[in-house]
Amino acid sequence: MYKILSKEVLSNVVKLMDIEAPHVARKAAAGQFVIVRIDEFGERIPLTIADYNREKGSITIIFQELGKSTIQLGKLNPGDSLASFAGPLGHPTEIENFGTVVCMGGGVGIAPIYPIARALREAGNKVISIIGARTKELLFWEEKMRAVSDELIICTDDGSHGRKSLVTEPLKEILDNKANTIAKVWAIGPAIMMKFVTLTTKPYNVPTIVSLNTIMIDGTGMCGGCRVLLEEGAQFVCVDGPEFDGHKVDWDNLLSRLSFYKDEEKLAVEHYEHKCRIDGATVKGRE
Amino acid sequence: MAELKPAERMKIKRHEMPNQDPVVRSSNYEEVALGYTLETAKEEAERCLQCKDPKCVQGCPVGVLIPQFIKALREGDMVTAVKWMKVKNNLPAVCGRVCPQEVQCEGNCILSKKGEAVAIGRLERFVGDYELSQRTCPMVKAPKTGKKVAVVGSGPAGLTCAVDVAREGHDVTLFESLHGPGGVLIYGIPEFRLPKSVVHGEISYAAECLCIDIKTDHVIGRSFTLDELLSDFDAVFLGTGAGLPSFMRIPGINLNGVMSANEFLTRVNLMKAYQFPDYDTPVKLGKKVAVIGAGNVAMDAVRCSQRLMSLEAKKTGGSPGEAHIVYRRSKDEVPARAEEVHHAAEEGVIFDFLTNPIEILGDDKRKVRALRCVRMELGEPDASGRRKPVEIKGSEFDMEIDTVIMALGTNPNPIVFVDAEGLERTKYGTAVADNETGRTKKKRVWAGGDVVTGAATVISAMGAGKRAAADINKFLKGEAAWE
Repeated sequence: MYKILSKEVLSNVVKLMDIEAPHVARKAAAGQFVIVRIDEFGERIPLTIADYNREKGSITIIFQELGKSTIQLGKLNPGDSLASFAGPLGHPTEIENFGTVVCMGGGVGIAPIYPIARALREAGNKVISIIGARTKELLFWEEKMRAVSDELIICTDDGSHGRKSLVTEPLKEILDNKANTIAKVWAIGPAIMMKFVTLTTKPYNVPTIVSLNTIMIDGTGMCGGCRVLLEEGAQFVCVDGPEFDGHKVDWDNLLSRLSFYKDEEKLAVEHYEHKCRIDGATVKGRE
Repeated sequence: MAELKPAERMKIKRHEMPNQDPVVRSSNYEEVALGYTLETAKEEAERCLQCKDPKCVQGCPVGVLIPQFIKALREGDMVTAVKWMKVKNNLPAVCGRVCPQEVQCEGNCILSKKGEAVAIGRLERFVGDYELSQRTCPMVKAPKTGKKVAVVGSGPAGLTCAVDVAREGHDVTLFESLHGPGGVLIYGIPEFRLPKSVVHGEISYAAECLCIDIKTDHVIGRSFTLDELLSDFDAVFLGTGAGLPSFMRIPGINLNGVMSANEFLTRVNLMKAYQFPDYDTPVKLGKKVAVIGAGNVAMDAVRCSQRLMSLEAKKTGGSPGEAHIVYRRSKDEVPARAEEVHHAAEEGVIFDFLTNPIEILGDDKRKVRALRCVRMELGEPDASGRRKPVEIKGSEFDMEIDTVIMALGTNPNPIVFVDAEGLERTKYGTAVADNETGRTKKKRVWAGGDVVTGAATVISAMGAGKRAAADINKFLKGEAAWE
């Protein structure tokens, strides 16, 4: 069992947890992910590693409460344990001194972009960061991102904080001004945001790395459920990724695959909430 | 019973295994074969001729002492039967259920030449189940040697190796990347063929007796590399299997509704999708499933599909749907066990032989709507000795299908080879290892099972685990140096 060491509420639907998992912490690096399973009944949930502490043997995960499993995870507290915690999985982000780079985080994607921005800065890059969310309440880590960025731009869809715009708007302005000096762009967030970031950078020919979070079962290269279509053919996100050249991704295929289990996801939430009402307000897992 | 003469034994008819009714079982997940009673088992054991030169043993990849255990069984001495069984086989309840006995022990049984072989598999299962419930013969660990062995992968090869090494007194740590031990026995083989309680029972029994430390959620190649294991352990055995699925190279494989058999079986068996939403992981099937391929994995997938659709129909009152096996060769070339094919047919599975998919067609929502196929005929024998299927020109047709499951074999997972310099691999991605000893090209690393052979059977993986364990034990005792 893997103990929850601490928990932080980052926004009304985004939570952070430090999990004790020394076997993962000893090798974890920015860009990799873990597979989490809450209990005997739980599915295997892939979550990007937001941070790690090798001395403490802990991993920081950040998740948005979207479906049954993340809602249930959000109800757990320090002292509780998770049934499974496997990783680190996937390839780490390739970090070197590229020059000037742009790091973009959308919604819960701010969490995994943070250690990448930090590592890029440490490697000597000039880091311009753009973070965005639907509304102010969904934004977090503004100060942490500012601390690792040479420039930080904040966007909200409704204008409740920072600029009222999508993250692609300031990105386009930056590219218009200095496309030839931007060496690389990283974008992590909802698939639709990543799609539009790559559409924005494409005409400028700026290499754009995206981190894909697909439907996975085992996460270790066994089921093939996470396959994505790239220009060169199908690849497995769990072993070949999770980062890919965003310009080569068939986004429409990815978006449709992500929506395949939508009905079941809704049913799972309803079933869970129904059980919660029956079992009382203090439901913790299903024990 | 008085001692029978061989002629009398040969007159006894083979005892059938009682099975669940096909109509009932096609909509439940309970075990199909119900097992012998003690009386039936003893009567079946009476058929064994106790050959002086038992061919059955030669046919068994782990060399189970078959005449000895059968003799004890027919005398009703279950404790002795268990003892004989466990000399060579640590997972009899598993093997009794999933081994291809018809080509191994039973295929070599002298009675099979003149009629029907002794039902060795069913007897093995009976003895295994008895021991699981009674625990009469705990395995004994030799005095501690202070040597440490890492076994990577807890499927049939790894489990067998771990047990045989631990028995010699070495400290064994068994690493598993999934959340439960058992490998393909857990994620691949369905509950109705091999109940999970049997697998968990046999593994935990052995692990408790021999103090094997099982570390689940540990992905070797990621959290620990092979070289790191070698600095902590005296020997490493790789039994990581062949989990990486192959997809046909035809248009449409990325449509929604196309899955590998591994994904489908993992959802259903490991994650218990047939109990969704009580368990969180769903599986989505429509009304017409096509499983491509005709090996044992394909049979498992098609029979699971049939059950899931029947369960759904029971709930909603709709029609139970159709589950097809689409195979490019004919019935005679089917690689799956005859018994599995027979069970599938009884449960209503439809077989489309000499049919080869060439494209998967989707609707405007990128969801599978049909499978475009071409009819085949058998031509000249190819390198495998089987007649090569050849397309019949102009015979294309579309099957209306909403789910496609690819069961076309698997390749070794590449992760374990990360940072494992010197571990030689073939062009198929399998590890190069000596067939007799399991030694790889990397010092103090052994390998066996599907990671060496590519997808094969449970028992052949166990045999490889056993041979490697014997060599590891010799090596650790200093009886066999590493050249």
